[in-house]
Amino acid sequence: MKIAVLALQGDFREHIQTLESIGVEGVPVRLPADLDGVSGLILPGGESTTMRQLIQRWGLVDPIRGLAATGAPLFGTCAGMIVLSKQIVGGDPPVLPLLDVSVERNAFGRQLDSFEADLTVPVLGDTPVHAVFIRAPVIEAVGPDVDVLARLDDGRIVAVRERNVLATSFHPELAGETRFHRLVATMAAAHDDPGEGAGRRPHPTRRARNAS
Amino acid sequence: MAVETSTWATKKGLAQMLKGGVIMDVVTPDHAKIAEDAGAVAVMALERVPADIRAAGGVARMSDPAMIEGIMNAVTIPVMAKARIGHFVEAQVLEALGVDYIDESEVLTPADETNHIDKHAFKVPFVCGCRNLGEALRRINEGAAMIRTKGEAGTGNVVEAVRQLRDVLSEIRRLQGMREDELFVAAKELQAPYELVKQVAAEGSLPVVNFVAGGISTPADAALVMQLGSEGVFVGSGIFKSEDPARMANAIVQATTHFDNPSIIAEVSKGLGAPMRGISLDAIPEEERLAVRGW
Repeated sequence: MKIAVLALQGDFREHIQTLESIGVEGVPVRLPADLDGVSGLILPGGESTTMRQLIQRWGLVDPIRGLAATGAPLFGTCAGMIVLSKQIVGGDPPVLPLLDVSVERNAFGRQLDSFEADLTVPVLGDTPVHAVFIRAPVIEAVGPDVDVLARLDDGRIVAVRERNVLATSFHPELAGETRFHRLVATMAAAHDDPGEGAGRRPHPTRRARNAS
Repeated sequence: MAVETSTWATKKGLAQMLKGGVIMDVVTPDHAKIAEDAGAVAVMALERVPADIRAAGGVARMSDPAMIEGIMNAVTIPVMAKARIGHFVEAQVLEALGVDYIDESEVLTPADETNHIDKHAFKVPFVCGCRNLGEALRRINEGAAMIRTKGEAGTGNVVEAVRQLRDVLSEIRRLQGMREDELFVAAKELQAPYELVKQVAAEGSLPVVNFVAGGISTPADAALVMQLGSEGVFVGSGIFKSEDPARMANAIVQATTHFDNPSIIAEVSKGLGAPMRGISLDAIPEEERLAVRGW
C-alpha cells in the first residue's frame, strides 16, 4: 500500500517520514500522474496561498477530487485543512471543497501566538495528543455529517472527520505523533480491501446457481 | 490544558512550513501583494533590496516600522524583517511589531563586531546567514531556528550561494563518516558546540531548516540549489530588479517546486524578459563583500 503526500510545498518530508515510521510507503505528489496506484493522500502543512496556486496550476484539482470520490482517505494538516474546506472565512474561494466546514485562517494571530498543547482526542484513545499549532487555522462551523474529533478548552474545533476526509489544525507530523497516520493507513487498507469477512464471500469453486 | 507559546517546536516549525518555497524581498505593500499572488511562502520586508543597498553604500539599518506594518497588513503570508547583526534592540522593536521571523542579516551594516544577538531571549524566531557549517552551528547555538547560506546578496550571481551550500553539505557528510572520538576535534575545528556537531553527525542534517540566499535570479538558479540539497530559497534583488517581476517571481516558485523536472523548468523559463543584471564577484572588492560580515 502506498499513500501519497502532496509535495508541492511545505512539510511533506515530515509526513513521508511519519508514514515510514509506521511501515507505510509515502509517495511525493507534484503532478497528476504521481497519484497512480495510491490508496490515500495527505495534504501537508505549508502556506495555503502557495499550495492553492500550485494545485490549480498543475491540474491537481480534478484528480484529487476523483481520488476522494473513490472513498480513499484524505488527510490535511494545517494548510492542508484549509485547502480541503468548503468555506474559507474572509471569502477566499475553496480549492478542494471536500470537507463541509468553514475554516478561519491564522485564527490565533501571528507567529508569536503559535503554541503547543496536549489535546484529548477520544477516537485515538486515552493518551493525549501533543499538538503543535503554527499560525494555525480553526474550524468555525461544521456541516451535519462532520464528526468533531478534538476541541481546545475554549471549545474551538481543531480536528474533524467527514467520512473519508480527515483534517487537523495542528501538526502531528512535527510531534512524533503517529496515531493519525495509523488511522489514515487503516482507512486506506479498508478502502483497498473492504474486508467484509470470509463468511460473505462466495465459495471459491461453487458454480453459479443457474449455470446448468 | 497547558498551553505554551513560542516554543522551540513552533519556532523551528514555521521554517518547516516554508520548505520547498520561495521567500521574496519586498520594499512596499504593492510588492508584497505581487509576491503573495506569485506564490511566495513569505516576504522579507526591507527598505531597499540588497542591490540598491550595495549601490547606495553608507549604513544600512532596520526598516521603518510603519513600512513593515504596511506590508504586514497587505498580505496573509508570514512577514520577515531584518535586524543588524548584534543589534538586539532592533530585534526587540521587530518583535514588538509582531513580525513572524527576524533575519539577523549581513545585508545590513553590523552593529556589533563581536557578538551576535542572543536569540534564545526572544519569543519571535530568527533566521541567520552562514557561509559554512561551523558558522551555521554557532548561530543555532545562539538560538537561530532557521539557517540560510548567505551567498553574496545583491549580485545576481549564484556562485557564492553554490559554494557555501556545497560547503555546508559536504562538511555534514564528512562528519557522518567520522568515528565518535574524532568528533571532538571536528567540533574544535568547526568552532562549534560538540553537542550540535554530534547531533549533525548522527542525523546527517542540520537541526533546523536550511535555505539558500544571495544571488538567486532565475528559475534555473533556484532549481540548481534545490537539486544540491537546499530546502528552499530566498530571492532578494532577483525579482524586483528583473524586467517582469510578477512573471519572474511565479516562474521561480514553479521551478522551486519542480526542481528535479527539467522540462517544467524549461517551460516556466520561456520569455521571462531580462533577469537582473549581475555582477562578477571579481568586480567586488573584499571590503564591500557582505558575506564576510558575521563570524
